[in-house]
Amino acid sequence: MNASTQSHSFDLSTAKVRDLNAALHALKEGSNASLWRVSNPRGLHALAAGLDAPVTVEIDGPVGYYCAGMNKQATVIVRGNAGVGIGENMMSGRIEVEGDASQAAGATAHGGLLFIRGQAGARCGISMKGVDIVVGGSVGHMSAFMAQAGTLTVLGDAGEALGDSIYEARLYVRGSVKSLGADCVEKEMRDEHKAQVFEKLKAAGLEGQVDPSEFKRYGSARTLYHFHVDNASAY
Amino acid sequence: MNEHVKGPSAPRTLPRESATFDAYTLSEIRRAAATGIYDIRGAGAKRKLPHFDDLLFLGASMSRYPLEGYREKCGTGVVLGDRFAKKPIELKIPITIAGMSFGSLSGPAKEALGRGASAMGTSTTTGDGGMTPEERGHSTKLVYQYLPSRYGMNPDDLRKADAIEVVVGQGAKPGGGGMLLGQKISPRVAKMRTLPEGIDQRSACRHPDWTGPDDLEIKIEELREITDWEKPIYVKVGAARPYYDTALAVKSGADVVVVDGMQGGTAATQEVFIENVGIPTLAAVHQAVKALQDLGMHRKVQLIVSGGIRNGADVAKALALGADAVAIGTAALVALGDNDPRWDAEYEALGTKAGAYDDWHEGRDPAGITTQDPELMKRLDPEIAGRRLANYLSVMTLEAQTIARACGKSHVHNLEPEDLVALTIEAAAMANVPLAGTNWIPGKTGF
Ligand SMILES: Cc1cc2nc3c(=O)[nH]c(=O)nc-3n(C[C@H](O)[C@H](O)[C@H](O)COP(=O)(O)O)c2cc1C
Repeated sequence: MNASTQSHSFDLSTAKVRDLNAALHALKEGSNASLWRVSNPRGLHALAAGLDAPVTVEIDGPVGYYCAGMNKQATVIVRGNAGVGIGENMMSGRIEVEGDASQAAGATAHGGLLFIRGQAGARCGISMKGVDIVVGGSVGHMSAFMAQAGTLTVLGDAGEALGDSIYEARLYVRGSVKSLGADCVEKEMRDEHKAQVFEKLKAAGLEGQVDPSEFKRYGSARTLYHFHVDNASAY
Repeated sequence: MNEHVKGPSAPRTLPRESATFDAYTLSEIRRAAATGIYDIRGAGAKRKLPHFDDLLFLGASMSRYPLEGYREKCGTGVVLGDRFAKKPIELKIPITIAGMSFGSLSGPAKEALGRGASAMGTSTTTGDGGMTPEERGHSTKLVYQYLPSRYGMNPDDLRKADAIEVVVGQGAKPGGGGMLLGQKISPRVAKMRTLPEGIDQRSACRHPDWTGPDDLEIKIEELREITDWEKPIYVKVGAARPYYDTALAVKSGADVVVVDGMQGGTAATQEVFIENVGIPTLAAVHQAVKALQDLGMHRKVQLIVSGGIRNGADVAKALALGADAVAIGTAALVALGDNDPRWDAEYEALGTKAGAYDDWHEGRDPAGITTQDPELMKRLDPEIAGRRLANYLSVMTLEAQTIARACGKSHVHNLEPEDLVALTIEAAAMANVPLAGTNWIPGKTGF
């Protein structure tokens, strides 16, 4: 059997989440890249969580909470909608949601790419720590709350209080922003930023479909970095 | 007629300070008026609270036989996390080291905690700020905290841990997030937390991707899946509503519940928070135990109690009320050398004194423990300090055994509420044991 084309299927109407994750965790780094097709996910939780191998997992249908949580190296594709916390704390690799994602997508994630083709709910990219998130549609309220590092690129609109108490993350929004959170301000979109947007769109496979110069950039005004009497209303 | 009441020798009342507006309160009003910002400090509640001091053991008598000290065995081992975890934690003593972040404490201080705890066969706990190699390397059993900030959180460290502690709250500040002020955000601390150096950092108070017990249940399932169901999962709450919080932690699938009372230390929190939010440790233990008993989970889900544990008597009392183990923070720091009178001159230069120093957030700790200053850090020798901690843990254990034997128990876990009485009505009501010399438990039916 040719290992590079080896593909496995897993039917979650008969097998358990535990069996799927155990099998995926057993793959060691350097094991032959393989394709895992998962059917009947039916909104089950923690699917493909904690992976640490360069495999591709295609999940055919909707997933529940924390799909691909803490992902390293793996590519996880969800052919459906995703529940709360898709790709939470991911470190590397790639996660793609073909439908919409619920709250806290990419929460606290450190690295890799999270691409949501549809809309993302509230708190998308909350406390993000270095991940790149690309959202094809809009993001809900309080997105990028306390975002520390990484980029959030939104092709649609952003809800209320975008980037509240943000640190050094960069936010790019193409559409409207309902309101900005505390200490989040619009910043100049220079060439380097357009190049960065281009690069993220390209990573998501959207290059050529949208013009990077249509985006506006938001980031930290850095006025809350030090406790100060005059900021009391923001604490 | 009234001339003798005039003049310098006339009788007058003494200057009277107000009990309400006492000297400390006045100083705080003046400080607030001058600065316009609340007071931030470390340590736990400093006011007098009902505590384990208000309980006494009855010891053996005609109807109870004591065990021979030094000869008859009195066990102290405890197994934590055998509800769901494939690899529960086995400790030789029922005293663990509570989570204190690298950042709030120096690297050598974390190392010393690991050395001392490991020497005694017990565990240490990480904190807000991630796991350091020093700490992992020197702790045979390390509990990895899963906090709202998720600073430094990563799956590799998660798998390196011996247990995972989901922190919902802390006794010093139930409902509050962490703080680490700029002086302590050294390049290393900043990098571990993915933050700019030198900023005044506020940790989140709410987890970013779950709210409430139904979500927590799914979160715990995820953590178990990531770690292949090997690690015990603790849930730590600040003592606020311990009956319900314990019950909900059990419902969410915790292996171990940690309840931290309001005396519990903190690295940096608003003074008003520390002194006014949460309930005393004494009041929390019985409530937590009751929740476990009502669910039929006492001793199946283990209970760790913390907040103001200082000696073997406190340990024995917490266990007698139904806890499986205790955790210590402040006392462990003191054992390492925190607030030691040998640094008195330097404490005075900081406007305080040994025993009262609590500006741990400022990073200027003369004892070199709550600091990131390379020069101050050098003052703590992790080997010597670790040895001191081991000695102290050993004394606490011997003390708890002494009491247990006197009560006729061959294991410290056999201590029971029946062995206890209370010195005050408050303590009797909170701990649900009779007032000494009576059979009265306030609030119990029939009285
Ligand atoms: C310096 C210091 C840092 C602390 N950091 C944390 C932390 O990061 N996470 C946490 O859950 N609790 C933290 N705590 C609280 C302890 O885990 C523990 O609940 C408390 O210290 C117990 O009370 P005690 O100090 O009276 O023993 C900290 C406490 C201290 C003193």
